[in-house]
Amino acid sequence: MHTHRQAPFFFLSVYSCFIFASCVSAEEERRVRANDREYNEKFQYASNCIMTSKYNIITFLPVNLFEQFQEVANTYFLFLLILQLIPQISSLSWFTTIVPLALVLTITAVKDATDDYFRHKSDNQVNNRQSQVLIRGLLQNEKWMNVRVGDIIKLENNQFVAADLLLLSSSEPHGLCYIETAELDGETNMKVRQSVSVTSELGDQNNLSSFNGEVVCEPPNNKLDRFCGTLYWRDKKYTLTNQNMLLRGCVLRNTEACYGLVIFAGPDTKLMQNSGRTKFKRTSIDRLMNTLVLWIFGFLVCMGVILAIGNAVWEREVGSLFQSYLPWDPPVDNFLFNAFLSFWSYVIILNTVVPISLYVSVEVIRLGHSYFINWDQHMFCSQCNTAAEARTTTLNEELGQVEYIFSDKTGTLTQNIMSFNKCSINGQTFGKCTLKHRHRLDFTPFNPLADLDFCFYDDTLLESVKVGDLHTQEFFRLLSLCHTVMSEEKSEGELVYKAQSPDEGALVTAARNFGFVFRSRTPGTISTTEMGRPATYTLLAILDFNNIRKRMSVIVRNAEGRIRLYCKGADTVLLERLHPCNQELTNITSDHLNEYAADGLRTLALAYRDLTEDEWEAWSESHRCADKATDCREDRLAAAYEQIEQDMMLLGATAIEDKLQEGVPETIAVLSLANIKIWVLTGDKQETAVNIGYSCKMLTDDMTEVFIISGHTVQSVRQELRSVSLTGRTAACPPSSWSTFALIINGHSLAHALEADMETEFLSTACACKAVICCRVTPLQKAQVVELIKKHKKAVTLAIGDGANDVSMIKSAHIGVGISGQEGIQAVLASDYSFSQFRFLQRLLLVHGRWSYLRMCRFLCYFFYKNFAFTMVHFWFGFFCGFSAQTVYDQYFITLYNIVYTSLPVLAMGIFDQDVPDHRSLEYPKLYEPGQLNLLFNKKEFFICIAQGIYTSVVLFFVPYAVLSDASQSNGVPLADYQTFAVTTATALVIVVSVQIALDTGFWTVINHVCVWGSLGSYFTIMFALHSQSLFRIFPNQFHFVGHAQSTLLQPVVWLTIALATAICIVPVLAFRFLKLDLKPQLSDTLVRQKKRKPVGRSVGGAWRGTGSVSEGRLGARGGSRRSGYAFAHQEGFGELITSGKNMRLSSMALASFASRHSSGWIDTLRRKKHTSAHTECVLCFSGDILRNGEDVDCSKTHYELGFNGE
Amino acid sequence: MMASSYNAKEEDGHHSGAPAHGGAAAAAAKSKKPDNTAFKQQRLPAWQPILTAGTVLPAFFVIGLIFIPIGIGLFVTSNNIREFEIDYTGVDVDSPCYSCARNFSWNNTAPCLCSVDFTLEQPFESNVFMYYGLSNFYQNHRRYVKSRDDSQLYGDRSALTNPSKECEPYRMSDGQAIAPCGAIANSLFNDTLELYHIDSNGTRNTIPLVKKGIAWWTDKHVKFRNPGGNNNLTAAFRGTSKPVNWRKPVYDLDPSDPDNNGFINEDFIVWMRTAALPTFRKLYRIIQKKAVTTPTLPSGRYVLNISYNYPVLSFDGRKRMILSTISWMGGKNPFLGIAYITVGSICFFLGVVLLIIHHKYDTRNNSADIPN
Repeated sequence: MHTHRQAPFFFLSVYSCFIFASCVSAEEERRVRANDREYNEKFQYASNCIMTSKYNIITFLPVNLFEQFQEVANTYFLFLLILQLIPQISSLSWFTTIVPLALVLTITAVKDATDDYFRHKSDNQVNNRQSQVLIRGLLQNEKWMNVRVGDIIKLENNQFVAADLLLLSSSEPHGLCYIETAELDGETNMKVRQSVSVTSELGDQNNLSSFNGEVVCEPPNNKLDRFCGTLYWRDKKYTLTNQNMLLRGCVLRNTEACYGLVIFAGPDTKLMQNSGRTKFKRTSIDRLMNTLVLWIFGFLVCMGVILAIGNAVWEREVGSLFQSYLPWDPPVDNFLFNAFLSFWSYVIILNTVVPISLYVSVEVIRLGHSYFINWDQHMFCSQCNTAAEARTTTLNEELGQVEYIFSDKTGTLTQNIMSFNKCSINGQTFGKCTLKHRHRLDFTPFNPLADLDFCFYDDTLLESVKVGDLHTQEFFRLLSLCHTVMSEEKSEGELVYKAQSPDEGALVTAARNFGFVFRSRTPGTISTTEMGRPATYTLLAILDFNNIRKRMSVIVRNAEGRIRLYCKGADTVLLERLHPCNQELTNITSDHLNEYAADGLRTLALAYRDLTEDEWEAWSESHRCADKATDCREDRLAAAYEQIEQDMMLLGATAIEDKLQEGVPETIAVLSLANIKIWVLTGDKQETAVNIGYSCKMLTDDMTEVFIISGHTVQSVRQELRSVSLTGRTAACPPSSWSTFALIINGHSLAHALEADMETEFLSTACACKAVICCRVTPLQKAQVVELIKKHKKAVTLAIGDGANDVSMIKSAHIGVGISGQEGIQAVLASDYSFSQFRFLQRLLLVHGRWSYLRMCRFLCYFFYKNFAFTMVHFWFGFFCGFSAQTVYDQYFITLYNIVYTSLPVLAMGIFDQDVPDHRSLEYPKLYEPGQLNLLFNKKEFFICIAQGIYTSVVLFFVPYAVLSDASQSNGVPLADYQTFAVTTATALVIVVSVQIALDTGFWTVINHVCVWGSLGSYFTIMFALHSQSLFRIFPNQFHFVGHAQSTLLQPVVWLTIALATAICIVPVLAFRFLKLDLKPQLSDTLVRQKKRKPVGRSVGGAWRGTGSVSEGRLGARGGSRRSGYAFAHQEGFGELITSGKNMRLSSMALASFASRHSSGWIDTLRRKKHTSAHTECVLCFSGDILRNGEDVDCSKTHYELGFNGE
Repeated sequence: MMASSYNAKEEDGHHSGAPAHGGAAAAAAKSKKPDNTAFKQQRLPAWQPILTAGTVLPAFFVIGLIFIPIGIGLFVTSNNIREFEIDYTGVDVDSPCYSCARNFSWNNTAPCLCSVDFTLEQPFESNVFMYYGLSNFYQNHRRYVKSRDDSQLYGDRSALTNPSKECEPYRMSDGQAIAPCGAIANSLFNDTLELYHIDSNGTRNTIPLVKKGIAWWTDKHVKFRNPGGNNNLTAAFRGTSKPVNWRKPVYDLDPSDPDNNGFINEDFIVWMRTAALPTFRKLYRIIQKKAVTTPTLPSGRYVLNISYNYPVLSFDGRKRMILSTISWMGGKNPFLGIAYITVGSICFFLGVVLLIIHHKYDTRNNSADIPN
């Protein structure tokens, strides 16, 4: 027997590392004895008290500060602060650094404290929940945090499970209980748990209090779907599985009460083990910024070295001689040491090139953008009452640079809402939507229990039921019996079904409306109402669904005592297991199935088998045997199922429609016009995927060729890839940019294609294609594909999905988007952004992302500019003050410049700036391209900003230098004193950078006005205050600039100097910008200007604007008409691939196409040959479909061209 | 084929045909729908300035048209200012102060005297300001700038006897605090300049030099104060020591005038206002205009008598005496006028160039418009 105690050395070392953590890290096996606290306490298992908070009141300050100083920037500023405390070095007062640093630390600390406060609150709330613990035979109320491992607790209906429990007994028969796991894994459907039979017999608390079984099980882990352990009781062993466990976070449903033994508590529970921190993502701008900051540090050191050398020379040539007036400081005895100190002094005063406020400002701006995303009404879904949510606030600008989108299909492109659409019963097909019966069937007169939301149009089926056709009735009886749906009947007739998969729900609802109403179930019976008559079936067995079996069956005994097996499943699986006499019917049904599949419907085949009592008895025995087996139980069960699911009689087939999400084709079209490549990664089979591709217009009729790669061996995949690239190359030879290819690759082939040697080949082929669809891929492969692009393409990737199978992809992409839809919240929890409709993606990227990118770039450009303009003045001054690290400005100005005088205008620009209004971004997706090409902020732009900043600093120093050196006031007093020079330069600087931000701000809202004018106002106000006599009288040593504001700013020469400096700084910028705008206008510039001249009518926008009412039915009827699939449950199977002999009708697409014939737009040209012609051309073509209200679809195409001809 | 996903009209929330609206209103209480405010929806009314030919080109012309006249005005004003400058450092062997400069020693008690002759070609009409100028003198050196104690100069008694550490190494002398402490005060300029006019018959007429009104008002009245007011400075400064380089204690700077003695001595205040650049001038004396009809300084020969106390040659410094008249914009300042004329002309020229460029490409620009 191993316990953690047998590894004392290892345990000790771990323990010393994690003083607060319990011994879990060393735990190899867990032993828990029921009702024996003393025994269990030996192991020091974690208590049920959870602590997600990081700090308490005492530890907050040290721990938080320690964390903050782990950031390089903060440490750097701390280092500067220490330097400043050395009097020989200190060129600035200590407060110039400590004030901004304290401000930054305080803001962060306040944010952390608030976060932690809420965590404390929720922890407290959870820890103080009451639960009933069985102590010495009595139920006592205990707080959750006092529950121990080994306690037996009682749960009542609708209560949260307090810890990970072993289900001992339940109020329901057979020790069954029902749980909802929404909080745990996000799945909303109910799940069944069952206790081990020996314990379920114990029943109530009297027996349980004497229960002293011992559980030996695995140590705590984060696998939600696995548990393995053994119960030792009364010298017997019982195997425990996940089926016996109630996990913390679940809610008990439909069960009066149950008892459980606490196995894992608090931090050891699977819920807590799963709440790991997500990987921290950084944007490319972040990375660029860090590189640039490093460069600036290098630059800073260079300047320091230059000035230190200057200092050495000066001290040797001049300073040593000047000692009669200015002796060296006592510790300094030679010029070299002087130069060394001067280097550090310059490091201090020049440190403002990398202002501490940069990182904080960037975070503030991103936070603002995130709020705008959260507040956007256009990304609010009123059906699900969900607004978009930016769950990560640090990635916004990257939304403006996305080049690849990886999308899941189910639930993302499609709604995952299933509707019973067609069926084939005994060789006859129903549900054809012809013009004859367009109106919805009304089931109410026939069936008072009918679901009012159910739509069906074919009345022949209803007639057939009414007439009493046996096959039809049996068909619906099967649907009402063979499922795992739970029902809830709040009042008579008000039925609510809770289905494991939407397909099942749709089928059971269909049966309900056609008169076979599933009412309720108990573990042993199913109650239905058949054609108005109540009926009860004894449920003998459920042969459950799994991905391998692709079918499920029930065995029921009806009122007459006849035993029948009902089975539904994927056609390929089911048709093989039919009785040979079904051959003819099978053929007909197969045809129907193919037809349905071609219509893009999900299909299931239904069959039954009559069993005799003997057959049942025999099978039941073997089943029980298999069920009780301790090893290979799964396999044995499968074999037993297989044994009885034979020789079945075919009833028919159902077809379920998987509805496309609203606006998917339009969104994809707009995104691809924005040059974003969309890859669909789905677990669905190839035909389904291809059809979805067509219906959402990723694949279009005018595509040159659609390549399908489905080889099973390395060789064949390689061969197929080669042939594709060969065809691609030859066909692409004529430079016709509209000839496009699509690639469809199978999971099998993908596995080979992703191997290291074929990777690049696959990548180049795939990237040459306009659309790529990967089908039958596993979650891992999804992530691999994303990683592949990330690794080789240096492009920004976005993954969007809604299910647990998308989590890996969402986590590995640069940006993960979760659709908060049907499949639970796991994807959302892993995502960076979440919303409820795929179509919101276009707004997220084209509007929010684009703006974010634009704003961030403008912000960074200006920010670096203003700090270089500010700081470099010291550099020039160094040449005139003996390289002594004397600052040009007053120390208060240096302190406040970045945090007061210039912070708000640039923040306002960074948060509110817009170039074109939001609807224009959607109308002209080409506007998105500068972000993808990284045109607005890159190293070149950075150097331009730096150069502009340095130029400004030169002007700001040398203009006052030239003017003031000889100037005097009108009373003869010279103006060349240090303080006048400082005030003049500082005022000129503030005015120049304010004019510059005014030029940079493209969108002057009230807030911008307030910030810009307010900053200027605050500069003068603060200056007058700091130069006031009253402050001087209190601290004469701190405010030596007394009276300066008045006397300096009254001098006309000073204002003339400022005006001159401003003009010299701004005029070239203005001329340059005007020229750029006039000669090489960007698309956005043209649009803004256009709007200025004459407001454009709505006609252009019409292409992408709907007329308000979206007819979902029509969308399904046309848009979704090419999906086929045999999926049974919403969980995609990765088993045996299904090969369908039927060819897809690729050529006969009657869909309105989006003619996205973008010719060589100027950006394309730029992309191809960046260095050549400045004369570029842009023609942007749109073709849009406008829905005219009514029934007929009007495919009017409208082309808009906008061109910038080179000449 | 169907409605687009994005409806620009929705943003107003009152789209006529929107059927979902009524239901939404009923559920508004529980709805998580974001507020439809201009701020949250980023629809704040805004002014979008655009750099078009219509705004930029006139701006250039206007700047040009404003700057050129100002520049001409400044240039003319500056040219009308009389300024005379004379270097009396005594570098050259034949210069009158050569011997004083060479033989200087800190131990000398008697001042070394020298006189310089010069001629004014043109009369100085209005008030004349007399400056001394120093070159290569780093009053803006960091260690120099901070080497003072403003509390002491403000008359603070505790700072008087215990000056700030910034004053080192001129903080204490022989166990007594130095008043005023620090390198700036220690290096006070102490040459004395006297000006004589030699009229046609060779007599030397002393030109009266006014020594008050040469400091900033705030410096004289706010920033500098004698400890214990202005009466009995000797007592007030008891227990302090004079700066090392000084010949006399601070309370003897101008014994004749209690308002100009001690810390509030204007020559001292002027010196304490440190210069921004290593070459600078400081106001020394004012020569008031006496009568309307005669110029303050008529043209002719003058003698400048210097008591040479201030050594600058050791660090290659220069000393100058400057006489200058003043206009509304201060002293002679040719740079400002020329700079304004230059910038104005460049703006005007740029405006013309940009106009030509713009016109040349105008046709192309029009075709670039988005067809409506």
